Amino acid sequence: MPNGKQVTLRQMRTGQSGIVVQIQGGHGLISRLNALGIRPGQRITKVSSAFMRGPVTIKVGNAQVAIGFGMANKIIVEPIEAGDEDSVDG
Amino acid sequence: MKILLMGNPNVGKSVVFSRLTGVRVIASNYPGTTVSYTRGFMKLGGERVEVVDVPGTYTLEPTTEAEEVAMQMLNTGDMVINVVNATNLERNLYLTLQLLERNIPVVVALNMWDDTEHRGIHIDLDKLRGFLGVPVIPTVATTGQGIKDLVESIPRATSPDVPLRSRDERWAVIGNIIDQVQHITHRHHTWLERMEDASAKPAGGIILAIVVLGGSFLVIRFIGESLIGYVLDPLFNNLWAPVILRLSSFLGGTGFLHDIVIGKIVGGEVNFIGAFGLLTTGLYVEFDMVLPYIISFYLVLGLLEDIGYLPRLAVLMDTIMHRLGLHGYAIIPTLLGLGCNVPAILATRILESKRERFIAATLISIAIPCAALQAMIFGLVGERGWQYVAIVFGTLVVVWIILGTILNRAVKGFSPELLVEIPPYRLPSWQAVLQKLWTRVYGFLKEAVPIVMGGVLVINILYAVGIFNTVANFAAPVVTGFLGLPKEAVTALAIGFLRKDVALGMLAPLALSTKQIITGSVVLAMFFPCIATFVVLLRELGGKNMLKSAGIMLTAALLVGGILNLTL
Repeated sequence: MPNGKQVTLRQMRTGQSGIVVQIQGGHGLISRLNALGIRPGQRITKVSSAFMRGPVTIKVGNAQVAIGFGMANKIIVEPIEAGDEDSVDG
Repeated sequence: MKILLMGNPNVGKSVVFSRLTGVRVIASNYPGTTVSYTRGFMKLGGERVEVVDVPGTYTLEPTTEAEEVAMQMLNTGDMVINVVNATNLERNLYLTLQLLERNIPVVVALNMWDDTEHRGIHIDLDKLRGFLGVPVIPTVATTGQGIKDLVESIPRATSPDVPLRSRDERWAVIGNIIDQVQHITHRHHTWLERMEDASAKPAGGIILAIVVLGGSFLVIRFIGESLIGYVLDPLFNNLWAPVILRLSSFLGGTGFLHDIVIGKIVGGEVNFIGAFGLLTTGLYVEFDMVLPYIISFYLVLGLLEDIGYLPRLAVLMDTIMHRLGLHGYAIIPTLLGLGCNVPAILATRILESKRERFIAATLISIAIPCAALQAMIFGLVGERGWQYVAIVFGTLVVVWIILGTILNRAVKGFSPELLVEIPPYRLPSWQAVLQKLWTRVYGFLKEAVPIVMGGVLVINILYAVGIFNTVANFAAPVVTGFLGLPKEAVTALAIGFLRKDVALGMLAPLALSTKQIITGSVVLAMFFPCIATFVVLLRELGGKNMLKSAGIMLTAALLVGGILNLTL
């Protein structure tokens, strides 16, 4: 396993993959994200982020999900170091 | 027996529903197309069975109003057809497991089955059936593949004896199922996926949005104007006008009946806008001026919906919409409002909080003119010059932004954030697009034509009785003094409550100055919803909030109208 350097979803680089570690939110947020498959232990890839505190788009499973800026700040991810990963930009 | 169609948003429930019942419902490629349920019936072994298209839900722990509707429906059904997106099995199975924990028989329709192949997804159906303990039928609802098997499997629906699990337990079970049932092989990106990547990048997204929205506007205008210029104008002027003239002389050219049916004929020529009879202005406004734009608008909207563009626009608009107390997804009801405010206000159910729904519904009613009203603005203001049309729309955009900013400050509470699934781009099938276009155009004709005809009838009778004069005199100080419109415009504004297209048509014969027609158009768009929108607003917001909303509309309309009168 790589080192335990954890970042928020917002801080992740575009194209980077990681494992969700924790969701620092209330019951409602955890429940809504859970229903979309975003939960601790799940692997996600950051697809893009928008200008000016806009939403972050991630890939989870085979789906893309757009997440508001504030929420993205509450999702803690442990990045997987690039190397053996596919590049999203192709 | 009552069958519920349930599943995650945007998995094709509405398409399956149409296949099963023959009832046409609006289906699109974005989560939240269906916000209230639709019922239909199908034959099952000689029995007539009720089928309900339930709004999409990710979980049985509801987080939005649409999901709450889904929950309530679950308690009334006898069995569930759980529609599952085969290309995203893992996430979809969460709801499936929750349904299996309930004491209700389930059949799983593994929809979008054709998509799995070129996405490199392989699913072992027999193993999946073994894990779930219920029938699993692969389907492609858009082509009808597998629907017959699905119907045949309904009697075999079962409710396996599954204990109630916790969230983590469910995901553990799903993880195990996915490991054994699904395997994914590598494949290359399709060009649609490359487009997805491009539109997800901030700069690419903005350029694409400008191209898409600008192109849409040009295409809508081109199709609308072509239909009017090459099809409907010739029909009315060359074929219908002679009929009207003959009928006019048959009716004696004057009198009460003549006024109602034909209206005023001046100098042996039919002025379809000025005559104001049932068979002249009544038909002309709806069929020659409005219908062409209804057709072109819904054709373009339908394409954007089915391609899957709208959620991407929502992401792009999120920052701006937050300033208005909304989040990006509110752009979808807003765009629907450019067609008709009624489905738009219903669509605000995809927003999470009461506060957002109040703000969104109020903003749509005030600042978003429906296609019928826009068509009349294009027709009547456009003939004076397109820069004046730009002033009308520019004013409405400014109102939308300023009023939204004020409401964001004034209405208590905060706005939740955007959280939405972005569907893949899909190539729409022409058959589906045209089918949806027909559903909407037919709906427009069915709703609008009787009201227009009734409206023209009522106006003529009230004129004959002289009631309008009394009303006009009463409201004249505000309308003439403050808005700078002639006294006769009062009747048009009053008719705006019935239908705004006819109301704007009533301003046409008044020989208004350009400034007056601009003010009139803006005030008419803003000051009060038409009756159909009013009814939906009342139902969706409740009486108290409806009153608040109506107060905001009247105040804003008078204020903006007054400002236009002073500054233009």
